[in-house]
Amino acid sequence: MNRLDLNTVLGWVPRGSKVLDLGCGDGAFLKRLCEERGAVGVGVDIDPDNLVSAVSKGLDVIQEDINEGLNCFTRYRFDVVILTHALQELTHPHLALERMVHIGEEAIVSFPNFGHWRCRTHLGLTGHMPVSKAMPRSWYDTPNIHFCTVKDFEALCSDLRIDIIERATVAGAAQKWLGKWWPNLFASSAVYRIRRSAR
Amino acid sequence: MPNSGAHNSVGLVSPCRVRFETAFQLANGSVLAEHELVYETYGELNAAGDNAVLICHALSGTHHAAGFYADDGQRAGWWDLAIGPGKPIDTRRLFVVCSNNIGGCDGSTGPNTLNPKTGKPWGAKFPQPQVQDWVRSQKLLAEYLGISRWAAVIGGSLGGMQALQWAIDYPEWVEHCVALAAAPKLTAQNIAFNEIARHAILSDPDWCDGDYLSRDTIPSRGVALARMVGHLTYMSADGMSDRFGRELREGSFTPEAESEWVFQVESYLRHQGTRFSTQFDANTYVLMTRALDLFDLAVGDHGDLKAAVDKALADFLVLSFSSDWRFPPHRSIEIRDALMAAGKPVTYANIETDNGHDGFLLPNQTYEALLTQWMQRVGPA
Repeated sequence: MNRLDLNTVLGWVPRGSKVLDLGCGDGAFLKRLCEERGAVGVGVDIDPDNLVSAVSKGLDVIQEDINEGLNCFTRYRFDVVILTHALQELTHPHLALERMVHIGEEAIVSFPNFGHWRCRTHLGLTGHMPVSKAMPRSWYDTPNIHFCTVKDFEALCSDLRIDIIERATVAGAAQKWLGKWWPNLFASSAVYRIRRSAR
Repeated sequence: MPNSGAHNSVGLVSPCRVRFETAFQLANGSVLAEHELVYETYGELNAAGDNAVLICHALSGTHHAAGFYADDGQRAGWWDLAIGPGKPIDTRRLFVVCSNNIGGCDGSTGPNTLNPKTGKPWGAKFPQPQVQDWVRSQKLLAEYLGISRWAAVIGGSLGGMQALQWAIDYPEWVEHCVALAAAPKLTAQNIAFNEIARHAILSDPDWCDGDYLSRDTIPSRGVALARMVGHLTYMSADGMSDRFGRELREGSFTPEAESEWVFQVESYLRHQGTRFSTQFDANTYVLMTRALDLFDLAVGDHGDLKAAVDKALADFLVLSFSSDWRFPPHRSIEIRDALMAAGKPVTYANIETDNGHDGFLLPNQTYEALLTQWMQRVGPA
């Protein structure tokens, strides 16, 4: 999977932030945030081996199912809550987004863009759900149960009264500029900085 | 030797004893004019004194946490799994201390020791200790040993509660705190099980109002029954099914069989009860279960657990065990959430296991790996 989105996320985390990394995996990225951005980080993951790896990096991690509502964080505020490439795996992405902007002053979300031209042409020409290097699993056994497009995500934010502070797109070298101007068609992934609307 | 290859054992150990001759006032107001603690240590205290780790034992635990006694080479200390060279609590770099709590029956001042005023065993007249009393007495022990701060205080079950009490009673003393299979206080169901255990002991004709030692007897049937009930709550239903199923130890299911039936699980529980009844003092069992009942981490803060743990300065590791129904995962989650709400550094995991409450004492790959990795942050680098 193209994880160029992580560099964008790294640049968006203010120095010394209190960071919650949802679906932190083995903690490698959270560790980078701590080292390169002086972040004070907490990771959340459900996989025992991931927890062991993250703990071995000196990180604090909480074993929790993000789908269960993140109730443990209701009384604690973070500067930034991060969810990279996991939105499409959640049972209730909209509830998770609401919770994220509630727990954090800001949230950073990245996801693969299902509106990308490759997905569209695959579906349009073959009539089958797209399977690619980045999305290798068939529709029936994929963890990705809630794919969305850039347009879908932005519409959901609007519905949830979530403000988009900044957007970045990840696209192949040839489509770099196209991805910037027509993200819904040319971005393979999108990264958003969002926060609860002040309205 | 069960789970204790000599290559990573602390080896032969022997208990030490210290006597404190200044009056020690308990939380309930009663005073011990003097008291003794037995304890064991493993590893070496370094010159800076910053590698000391305190292990708090559970309800029926003792100071013998690791290694072997010369006269009993077969049975290792109760947490030999975790303590030793190259083990999660690595004695090559950490100095490990474990003491028997006041009111215990393994050598520390308790109901089976002599009351200096009467020259007879204390028996049921031994004052009721509470968890915070144990913490204070362990602080005396630490000072006696030349320790001014614990790199970590670690315990499971009641011992986990004691570790948490340490972290909030003496924040500057506790750098890291590990609470395994613990709870912030007992539920009505927990207290009910303890009451059944106590009732079993008090109903034994040999109980003699707790004065059995002067009458040269012990309420062994009551203690055995108490242990059977207690032991049951340490195991999970699935774990018991796996281990015993419906297998018979004696007798047969064939229609013509006229024998008595003894299921494996019955035989096991009876064995556990009988063995325990000859080793553990009845008055201590009553006192320890009562100390559990009385424990409430937030009692000094009007029940506000967040306010209670807010005082702590430690980094925390909180682990629960998926099939533990004595102190189920959600009890650890209460602790975790209070710590999170107070902004304390905490790592939490729920270990997937069929071992029930006993999970914190038994081998499990994820558990041992997590504890090993987390302990890397304890003590000097």
